[in-house]
Amino acid sequence: MYTMNIAIIIPFIVAALVPLLYKRVPRIHTGWFVLLVPAALFAVLVSTIPDIATGETFAATIEWMPSLGINFTTYLDGLSLIFGLLITGVGSLVVLYSIYYLSMKRESLHNFYVYLLMFMGAMLGVVFSDNLMVLYVFWELTSISSFLLIAYWYHRRQSRYGAQKSMLITVCGGFAMLAGFIMLGTMAGTFSIRAIIDQVGQFADHGLFIAAMLLILLGAFTKSAQFPFHIWLPDAMEAPTPVSAYLHSATMVKAGIYLVARFTPVFGGEEVWFWVVSLVGLFTLFWGSFTAIRQTDLKALLAYSTISQLGLIMSLLGLGSAALHFDDVNERTVGYSVAIFAALFHLVNHSTFKGALFMVVGIVDHETGTRDIRKLGGLMTVMPITFTLAVIGSLSMAGLPPFNGFLSKEMFFTGVLNASELSIFSMETWGSLFPIVAWIASVLTFVYCMMLIFKTFFGEYQPEKLEKKAHEAPIGMLIPPVILASFVVGLFFFPNVLGDYLLKPGYAAVLPSYVEGGRFLDNIEAWHGINTELLMTIGVVVFGFLIYRYVHFWNNVYALFPRKWSFDALYNGTLMQLERRSTSITQMYMTGHLPHYLAYIFVFLIVALSSVMVITGSFAFNSASDAPISSYEAVLTVVMIVAAICILFARSRLTAILLNGVLGYVLAVFFVLFRAPDLALTQLVIETVTAALFLLCFYFLPEWEIEKIKSRTQVLKGVVSLAAGTIVTMIALTVSGTDIFDPISNFYENAYELAGGNNMVNAILGDFRALDTMLEVVVLVIAGLGVFTLIKLKAKRGGEDVEGK
Amino acid sequence: MKANDVILRTVTRMAVFIILTFGVYLFLAGHNEPGGGFVGGLVLASAFVLLFLSFDIETVQKGIPVNFKLLAASGALLSVLTGLGSFLFGAPFLTQVFDYFHLPIFGETELATVVLFEAGVSLAVIGTVVTIILSISEDV
Repeated sequence: MYTMNIAIIIPFIVAALVPLLYKRVPRIHTGWFVLLVPAALFAVLVSTIPDIATGETFAATIEWMPSLGINFTTYLDGLSLIFGLLITGVGSLVVLYSIYYLSMKRESLHNFYVYLLMFMGAMLGVVFSDNLMVLYVFWELTSISSFLLIAYWYHRRQSRYGAQKSMLITVCGGFAMLAGFIMLGTMAGTFSIRAIIDQVGQFADHGLFIAAMLLILLGAFTKSAQFPFHIWLPDAMEAPTPVSAYLHSATMVKAGIYLVARFTPVFGGEEVWFWVVSLVGLFTLFWGSFTAIRQTDLKALLAYSTISQLGLIMSLLGLGSAALHFDDVNERTVGYSVAIFAALFHLVNHSTFKGALFMVVGIVDHETGTRDIRKLGGLMTVMPITFTLAVIGSLSMAGLPPFNGFLSKEMFFTGVLNASELSIFSMETWGSLFPIVAWIASVLTFVYCMMLIFKTFFGEYQPEKLEKKAHEAPIGMLIPPVILASFVVGLFFFPNVLGDYLLKPGYAAVLPSYVEGGRFLDNIEAWHGINTELLMTIGVVVFGFLIYRYVHFWNNVYALFPRKWSFDALYNGTLMQLERRSTSITQMYMTGHLPHYLAYIFVFLIVALSSVMVITGSFAFNSASDAPISSYEAVLTVVMIVAAICILFARSRLTAILLNGVLGYVLAVFFVLFRAPDLALTQLVIETVTAALFLLCFYFLPEWEIEKIKSRTQVLKGVVSLAAGTIVTMIALTVSGTDIFDPISNFYENAYELAGGNNMVNAILGDFRALDTMLEVVVLVIAGLGVFTLIKLKAKRGGEDVEGK
Repeated sequence: MKANDVILRTVTRMAVFIILTFGVYLFLAGHNEPGGGFVGGLVLASAFVLLFLSFDIETVQKGIPVNFKLLAASGALLSVLTGLGSFLFGAPFLTQVFDYFHLPIFGETELATVVLFEAGVSLAVIGTVVTIILSISEDV
């Protein structure tokens, strides 16, 4: 059954067709065609719900790179079905919304829908993939398509900034995740997630286990905007509102949640995992809600609220993973695992109400021209439907009845209260911290939800501050949020429909052992008597209302956290410093002076070679096999040394050329002495030609001015030259003192029989190793042509530039 | 006043033939004695250089109408082609063979394909050296 594989590929195929439709059918908004894709996929996924609810799973493999163990394997279980339904369901509504939101005339719709479909396909790929590498491919594809969508209005500077920021942060996390995946794949010997989960016990003690866990978490945290990687999400609000509603509230930011949930069977039960996931989640929850209150832009407020809610889900996943620490499944551990169920429940709830809220804010922005809450107010009577939707969404977010947020918030409180009674992971000491932080964060959540409603829709209507005359949105823009809001209400009254058909299979996917144990959770109860959780909710409302009433006192608190010390400033500063420092470092050594580069090369050579000699202790001076030095050789050596030293102190070019010639001719005499007549002949002729060419060239050069070099530089150059000479001499002495192998020259001594010539040198050059000679001839010809070309085709001064043609 | 270089020219006329002969000798001797294509080529080239020094370029080129760039290229081509020629006989690239023949005047003589290869080397060397020197001197 390749349904899932096809479902992933379809959006990409349609994305390729979108530009064609945009060009050929200009009268119909392209979005209508696109709408068919998520709607059809949603229908297909819905049809699998009954099978999944009975515990069935679907897997299919299309071979991609079987030799590397990388195959396009899809796996559909409860967890991926929840995400798949969210992606296609919210996706359909967002496409419908965008049809009314984006103008046909002004916007380049083909770009928008291509990016959006790419994202949709990539996101489906992330949640359905069973292969780690394929999962990673789709993961990066969501980053790229999200980057493109954030920068959709690329002429705005803020859009480009936000896109770059989100790209840098999520891709850095993605790379870390890839490293974690590779470690995990190496430990388990397979890239299949199911196979890894099956054999997790075999490698839990492996040295890379914790490293892989932390790296994968880094990827999940950057994608899901967890503290301190949350900073990209508020800047991503420069995207069109449908994008914010889809990517940055309902789907992409939950990819990290999916990853954590998916890997809970692998890493859950470990102390590190428990603490990192719950603490990061809890702090993100607090920090997001704390920061949301100070925002004046509605979308920024929603962005921080998304961060906060994602932190809530993340901390629930962390707390719930403690249940895996216990080997036996009993009443107590099932109680701890409630947190996992609550996380999945809140995941769905958050997608519904946050999607609706983003669409509401988009409507307000679209119909009034601003999102600034200081300019808005009194819209209740002007936009009654929008107002109703906003109230439903906000109160659900705040966790009040009769909306679904209430149920998941109660379960969240149950989860933290249960966790505070844990007796593992030194929770006896710190456990009581969890309910307190969770409660404070909920109070703050209540406050910003109130701000969202009251500052936007109550108070005085200020038409003079608005760019447009406010009026109710067209019906098409209202349908998607209405559908979402009806889910918000509906899920409160019939939570068990969702619970039985989707959440329990999802829960079973995260905690497989809890299903095998035969114990399941009780049904979700909207009313479960007066208990601690309910009292906590009442406290939230009371304190939240008080704080909202006196919110102006709070502004002093924020003065404690000046913008200079924010993580945004840290990010910007880091980028700026990185750029500045790397520039200055590059400019420091890339001077453009050849002597400097030569110095680097020589110093590297000296350091590398001498350290090898010192470390391996390979220097050996063995003069036993050396031939005796004759008097001719001694005299010639002295002549060469004197000539070489004199070149250094020559005051005119002519002297230097002549001394160089002396070196060359003495070398020829050496060849004679060492019985190499061919070399001597060639050396004599070549030396003559070179000297003549030198003389010819230097005739045209200006007078040789003795460079005035600082004495320090001269000393340095001297030291480098001496060191280079010494190291080469040492290597030569070492090499000549060792005879490891027999020479191969015995073979060439048969030159007369093999090549028919007595001159062994020429037999080697022309016969045994003729390929070298042939290529040297080619080199010579190329050099000749080079000289000819340089001289004949050079641009005349003030003449035409031949090279430019 | 125009310099009278009659001695130089007279000596050149004789010396050039000696040098050319020596060059050809070096080329042919290379198989068994010191010498070979490279040195032979260099010595032959020096004969041309001596001609260019004693007479002016136009005169020499009128007397020896050779395009030295073409000479260099054809020399390199010859070397490569002798290598490719071994493919015709199913042998690896640049396989050289030799054998002894009885020729009318020379008697028992050794003929080797390596001579063709060396000829290519020589021509390339002559062509390149003369091209370089001519280009530079024409530029002055």
